[in-house]
Amino acid sequence: MQVTVTVNGQEVTRDVEPRTLLVHFIRDDLLMRGTHWGCDTSNCGACTVWVDDEPVKSCTYLAVQADGKSITTVEGLEKNGELDPIQKGFMECHGLQCGYCTPGMMMVGRALLDKNPHPSEAEIREGISGNICRCTGYKNIVASIQWAAEHPVSTEASEVTA
Amino acid sequence: MTAVEDTPSVPLSPAGNPIGFGRMPRKEDVRFLRGQGNYVDDLNLPGMLHGAVLRSPFAHARINSIDTSAAEALPGVKAVITGETLAGLGLAWMPTLSYDTQAVLATDKVRFQGQEVAFVIAESRYIARDALELIDVDYDPLPVVYDAKKALDADAPVIRDDKEGKTDNHIYDWEAGDKDKTEAAFAAADVVVTEDILYPRVHPAPMETCGSVAHMDPVTGKLTLWTTTQAPHAHRTVYALVAGLPEQKIQVISPDIGGGFGNKVPIYPGYVLSIVGSIVTGKPVKWMEDRSENLMSTGFARDYHMKASIASTKDGKILAVKVDVLADHGAFNGTAQPTKYPAGFFHIFTGSYDYPAAYCNVKAVYTNKAPGGVAYACSFRITEAAYVIERIVDCLAAELKMDPAELRLKNLLKPEQFPYTTPTGWEYDSGDYEKTMRVAMEMAGYEELRKEQAEKRARGEYMGIGISFFTEGVGAGPRKHMDILGLGMADGCDLRVHPTGKAQVRLSVQTQGQGHETTFAQIVAHELGIPPEDIEVIHGDTDNTPFGLGTYGSRSTPVSGAAAALVARKVRDKARLIAAAALECAPDDLEWELGRWYVKGDPSRGRTIQEIAMDAHGPLELPDGVEGHLDAQVVYNPPNLTYPYGCYICVVDVDPGTGQVKVRRFIAVDDCGPRINPTIVEGQVHGGLADGVGMALMELIAFDEEGNNLGGSFMDYLLPTSMECPDWELGETVTPSPHHPIGAKGVGESATVGSPAAVVNAVIDAISPFGVRHADMPLTPANVWRAIQGSPVRTDIAVS
Ligand code: FES
Ligand code: FES
Repeated sequence: MQVTVTVNGQEVTRDVEPRTLLVHFIRDDLLMRGTHWGCDTSNCGACTVWVDDEPVKSCTYLAVQADGKSITTVEGLEKNGELDPIQKGFMECHGLQCGYCTPGMMMVGRALLDKNPHPSEAEIREGISGNICRCTGYKNIVASIQWAAEHPVSTEASEVTA
Repeated sequence: MTAVEDTPSVPLSPAGNPIGFGRMPRKEDVRFLRGQGNYVDDLNLPGMLHGAVLRSPFAHARINSIDTSAAEALPGVKAVITGETLAGLGLAWMPTLSYDTQAVLATDKVRFQGQEVAFVIAESRYIARDALELIDVDYDPLPVVYDAKKALDADAPVIRDDKEGKTDNHIYDWEAGDKDKTEAAFAAADVVVTEDILYPRVHPAPMETCGSVAHMDPVTGKLTLWTTTQAPHAHRTVYALVAGLPEQKIQVISPDIGGGFGNKVPIYPGYVLSIVGSIVTGKPVKWMEDRSENLMSTGFARDYHMKASIASTKDGKILAVKVDVLADHGAFNGTAQPTKYPAGFFHIFTGSYDYPAAYCNVKAVYTNKAPGGVAYACSFRITEAAYVIERIVDCLAAELKMDPAELRLKNLLKPEQFPYTTPTGWEYDSGDYEKTMRVAMEMAGYEELRKEQAEKRARGEYMGIGISFFTEGVGAGPRKHMDILGLGMADGCDLRVHPTGKAQVRLSVQTQGQGHETTFAQIVAHELGIPPEDIEVIHGDTDNTPFGLGTYGSRSTPVSGAAAALVARKVRDKARLIAAAALECAPDDLEWELGRWYVKGDPSRGRTIQEIAMDAHGPLELPDGVEGHLDAQVVYNPPNLTYPYGCYICVVDVDPGTGQVKVRRFIAVDDCGPRINPTIVEGQVHGGLADGVGMALMELIAFDEEGNNLGGSFMDYLLPTSMECPDWELGETVTPSPHHPIGAKGVGESATVGSPAAVVNAVIDAISPFGVRHADMPLTPANVWRAIQGSPVRTDIAVS
């Protein structure tokens, strides 16, 4: 089946088997390896991307379901060579260790801030509770998202994203 | 309030990083944040094929026949390999890290659910998986040993009938300590407390599962293996020994690793199969297991059934401790630990207390479960040891009606007793235990917590306060005593300073998220004064790094960190000779300040390390015996382990109606000696604390009576999320190791080792008004509720 999606702003069309999972489409067909997978049961969130700006676990979503939609992956966070505040936050606050859960965590964290620019600690914990990290014990991930909330992109840049 | 203080300020580099120890952002972060990490599954070589493993649905069954014809006929399938194929190559069995054998692919029978039976190689991962469905295996199910306690029954089926003359499921008996002295101490004691304490089977479950890409170049005969390994050099040697491949033609590359926690120390059949697959097809072959395969077949952890007894005077002076262990090793003894220590370092169970007598014996058995046992940040079974002593000390406190903090303070080793030889033979290097405990109690507000608890109890609310004081032994280890499969546990380090004064340091250890690219640059920076951003850390590639045993058991900083400091000092000494030649003075006339040799009494005359680097490569005439260039090499053989320790306090609230536990606070005060990068150290501790909460409350691999694995997916194997973890409160004390070049003790596993007891002690403290003195992990709502009802059940097996 043919699938046309806009990935990080670029339209791509590919032939895929109907059963192809979005995570495999992104990784193996589009060769974008920033999106990871960590389970077979939709539990870990390592595969989180946005489909039309909503976080989705791409291991539980078929590539064909994304036809005509726009997909944003971790590779799409950086704008004009400038890291997104969420990326800077993870760096500033040591929000990552092995880095495997990190793309998923950042996609969820950024989406949370887009809806709720000033979340409380409890709201952040709730927001990332569908994503598992085995390395950090979450404290610094929460701090990283708080950092990003406190250092939003400049108005001009946020208008561009909006 | 926190007791964490930043290390004294050191000079900053032009990039704003400390030239030495201190907080700095990690050098490795940028690639991960951009989605540009390079994990094994990210590798995509031209012509690469994909492998998938067919696994046994039975825990114990005879294989009558395997029909692969339909699978082979599927378009896109390149080959199907069975145990028979491997037997022809002499590769059906491989050695484990404990001198046992393990089937690469089953030939005679399967011995645990999830065991490898056949391997398909196909053009895509989907086709490979499709082909698995087409393989027809005819099994005859056999009776199953699902409970270690029944493994030695006279009528138990013999699991390892592949071993000649084997008539039972016994693996070994092992003991430590002085049995007679311990029995005498027990006989003379006022108080004896005994408890059956289970450390159930859990799994490290790193977010990235295990996998490999093998490429045997048909022309050069060189094997390149990209693989999820914590020990690339040890793996290279084992592949050479197992497969008879020439070691100089094997390159093991451990790229970015998505967490290890001990899960990536052993060699798994899948790795071997990817190699065989590449040999058979002449193409690179990738094998990546899925999550269920990871949980069901790779190295589990713990599974120790312990009976612990503690003896004391009536006023709470501990006199002796003894522990009987029944160790469930699964179907193959695949534990990864130093050869002379079949039960790992379990005999450090005497803990942090001063008493003269201790004894343990460990009986190990085969069961129809996956192999493994030493994994999950356990410091070679110190997790089990720390848990059992901290749990039994709390049981003693309950018996004596004494505050558990007071009981610990009364028995902790005193600073002047170090170096201290334990009743089971360990030599603790340094410690000021009471100070650490007092810091933790102060941070927690211990007295106020006890008051709050009393008030709440009066109102029918159940809060609990749990303490754990642990001593770890890490940095294995002295070559004379410690080897794995005959490979001594010393580690090499190479340092090259290039002409422009920028450096490369090559390590034998391999990071799985611990931040080596930053920490090791900081160690070299500390010794040489070269900014950390000018030092590239090279690791994880056996062709480009010196030999060493790898990263596990918290050994990177204690062993390779020492090697990095010493190799830098060697370069510094050489730099002195070169500087003396350049300054036309005697080396003895020079003095060192960070980054520079200068003439004593005339500080304006000197050469920076960068100038010396250029001198070393330039036309400067060097004194006799001084070779050009500025580099050095060392192999570090640790004289002893290092002994980090800490005091953890956990506060929980328990709902007696549902058994639900809420971890309200967790205070962790660690003493791991000087901290090279405090931010990284704190991150290591946070992660380990989450492990502890997970094991104490939710993580479990249980089995039913057919040997079905009941923790085979993340639906069943529950991991802590942001909701179960509190906002960790960290503190520190600093007691350097006297024998480590920079005094650092290692910290990677401290929190995993120390925290489960604090959580369990807190829960038991909360529900002690119901007459509960012990309940086994995991303390799920159901298990807590049953304990409150006075009707606990075995947590590790589900029987109908
Ligand atoms: S891979 Fe685990 S939720 Fe998608
Ligand atoms: S950083 Fe390793 S899993 Fe989150």
